[in-house]
Amino acid sequence: MPSKAAFFDVDGTLVKTNVVHVYAYYAMNRGSVLGIAGRTLSTALSVPLFGAMDTLDRKTFNEFFYRYYAGLSEDRLVTIAEDMFEDVLKPALFEQSQDLIDQARRSGCKVVLVTGALDFTMRPLARHLGCDDLIANKMQFVGGKATGKVIPPIIEGANKANAIRAYCTKEGLTLDKCHGYSDSASDYAMLAVVGRPTAVNPDLRLRSIARAYNWPILDLK
Amino acid sequence: MRPFKTLQKLYDEESQVVITEKGSPPRALFYGEGFLQEDLPVGTRVIFPRPPLAGVPNVKAAIRWAINHPEGMDPLHALLKPGMRLTCVIDDISVPLPPMVTPDVRQSILEVVLELAADSGVDDVHLVIANALHRRMTEAEMRRMVGTKIFDAYYPDRYYNHDAEDPDGIVALERTSHGEEVSVNRRVAESDLIIYVNVNFVPMNGGHKSMGTGVSNYASLRHHHNPKTIRESDSYMEPKASALYRSNERIGRNIDKHLKVFHIETTLNNRMFGAPVDFLAKKEEDYTEADRLKFQAMRYALSKMPRAAARKVLNAIPAPYDVTGVYAGATEPAHQKTLETSWKQYVVPVEGQSDIVIFPIPFISPYSVNSILNPLLVQVMGLGYFFNLNRGVPLVKKGGCLILLHPAYDEFDPEHHPSYIEFFHRLLPETRDSMKLEHKYEKEFAENPSYVHLYRKGNAYHGVHPFYMWYWGENGRQHVGKVIVAGAENNHVPALLGWDRTDTLTEAIEEARGFMGRSATISLLRIAPTVMVDVK
Repeated sequence: MPSKAAFFDVDGTLVKTNVVHVYAYYAMNRGSVLGIAGRTLSTALSVPLFGAMDTLDRKTFNEFFYRYYAGLSEDRLVTIAEDMFEDVLKPALFEQSQDLIDQARRSGCKVVLVTGALDFTMRPLARHLGCDDLIANKMQFVGGKATGKVIPPIIEGANKANAIRAYCTKEGLTLDKCHGYSDSASDYAMLAVVGRPTAVNPDLRLRSIARAYNWPILDLK
Repeated sequence: MRPFKTLQKLYDEESQVVITEKGSPPRALFYGEGFLQEDLPVGTRVIFPRPPLAGVPNVKAAIRWAINHPEGMDPLHALLKPGMRLTCVIDDISVPLPPMVTPDVRQSILEVVLELAADSGVDDVHLVIANALHRRMTEAEMRRMVGTKIFDAYYPDRYYNHDAEDPDGIVALERTSHGEEVSVNRRVAESDLIIYVNVNFVPMNGGHKSMGTGVSNYASLRHHHNPKTIRESDSYMEPKASALYRSNERIGRNIDKHLKVFHIETTLNNRMFGAPVDFLAKKEEDYTEADRLKFQAMRYALSKMPRAAARKVLNAIPAPYDVTGVYAGATEPAHQKTLETSWKQYVVPVEGQSDIVIFPIPFISPYSVNSILNPLLVQVMGLGYFFNLNRGVPLVKKGGCLILLHPAYDEFDPEHHPSYIEFFHRLLPETRDSMKLEHKYEKEFAENPSYVHLYRKGNAYHGVHPFYMWYWGENGRQHVGKVIVAGAENNHVPALLGWDRTDTLTEAIEEARGFMGRSATISLLRIAPTVMVDVK
């Protein structure tokens, strides 16, 4: 029975993509020609806005961004998730991601993905990597259709740390022995809450934080 | 500066031991990436390295002779069979120090061996670097070690670093009679013949340690790289006084029982410094005016440079070592010959131990080639390597005082030594007790996925390596009563290491005399080049 876990952020940490790539795939697979055109066009027009919001505040970005899923059916989202994994996420996986996860498992860790993406989009990836658990955002569905709202609390920033803490309590894990992996300074709380944080392909802010706190820095390829 | 005539006092030019007199010249002493020039108290015994032995006139001829006249085995040409699987295992960049002028002796050996293998119809040849848990060598370092021709022919598919963490890359052999696990690189274990290409920089290298450590893994190494074994080793440099060597011997004999290993061992002289810094190997009494001017100019220039630049300059000066012997064949008889030549070069007989011993710490160690000598490595140089440069009896008396000369700066290389940083800043504030560190933290560091990843995919020392560095200093720590680091530029590094600090060597000697008594005897090991003492 493991007493520790390794918590991995996904976007930018294990895969080169982010939530925008995932959503773009859904937009491209809207089902009808008009639907595809409409969603692709509106997504394309919103890209500069997404970029600016993602840089400024991940929470606002997620809340704003997930509205774009409104109206899509649950069945379809889940079905497309499998294709999306094969077409988008799998090719974007860093070659060394699997090695790192395998090593975490060999060292006796439970392997858990912690991501601000939606759970149904990440399940095929979690399965592929052999993860034990997934902490991700959950879309609200009414009558089988997505409302565009995420069931709170939204998994991002400080809430990732709360979710990890709660997970450790629930699973009887020692937080101080747990490992955390992320690429972004927005995940500082998640990295600070575990005893063994590591910056992976870090942005400038996280690289400087990692240097200051003597956290290991990995450059996954 | 003193007049030249007064500096040329009468002394025994043949002797490597000089007793400081009134009017003796100041000593040129390594101090990290810089130098100090220090007057020592009258009566201080200064132990100098021996002059370099003459090298063999033709290195390749010596290699050919050795492999045709091996000790305890058939000549190499008789062991090579068409279609066989051959693996050459090569010592890594940790020896010699500094890296030698090219062609490196490993390149010379490989050029002879690979040509012979090709002539014998052996095509399945791999070159594996025996880096154990050391960092992977970089592409440029690998090229420099074997030369462009071999590198281009073999890299990367057939010339690579050993990976002690490859789950499919290690084979477990039968345990030793003491229950020690024996693990070997899979390619090596599955070869019909293994040729070990060794550079014997100090007597600790080579012999059973080559295979027993170089291509093994953590599960096997932990049986001898631990505080208990180190405490039971009176000297790492004298096999019969070393529990570490005895464990390697048991493991190595097991390997020899299962695998056919043909060792090619080489010894080097101690010509560590070529022009323009060759004066560093001289006694100060023998300095010419030009030497003194060069020393002053170098000391001044290095002191004005940023430390990283000084490091770069010093690392860029390769050592013009000469090969003094090549011995081939079975592990033990070949290594015995190596040890004899090695001791002939390094050992200086001295009368009695001293109360106070001074070690100047240079910029380099086996674990910081092209990197930073961080505080743990300063510790390992002082209490590990230099303390053990003897044949069973340390130069310093039990309970005596060691003085190390180094700035003891708090600098680490995050690329090469990431786990050292955590060890130094998180573990040492909690405890310096090796047993406690081993019991509580060693496994965690060894298995930390981030450190394993950095070892396997980057150029980092294994997560467990800082523990080994700390254990390496264990018998030194158990033996000495006090360590003072003279010239330490901060308080916290010496404090974390459990040492005192002073601004100058003079103050350190005063403090040491306060600890050991006013009549305390003092010795200075005037290193580098390498010197070992045989205390009578």
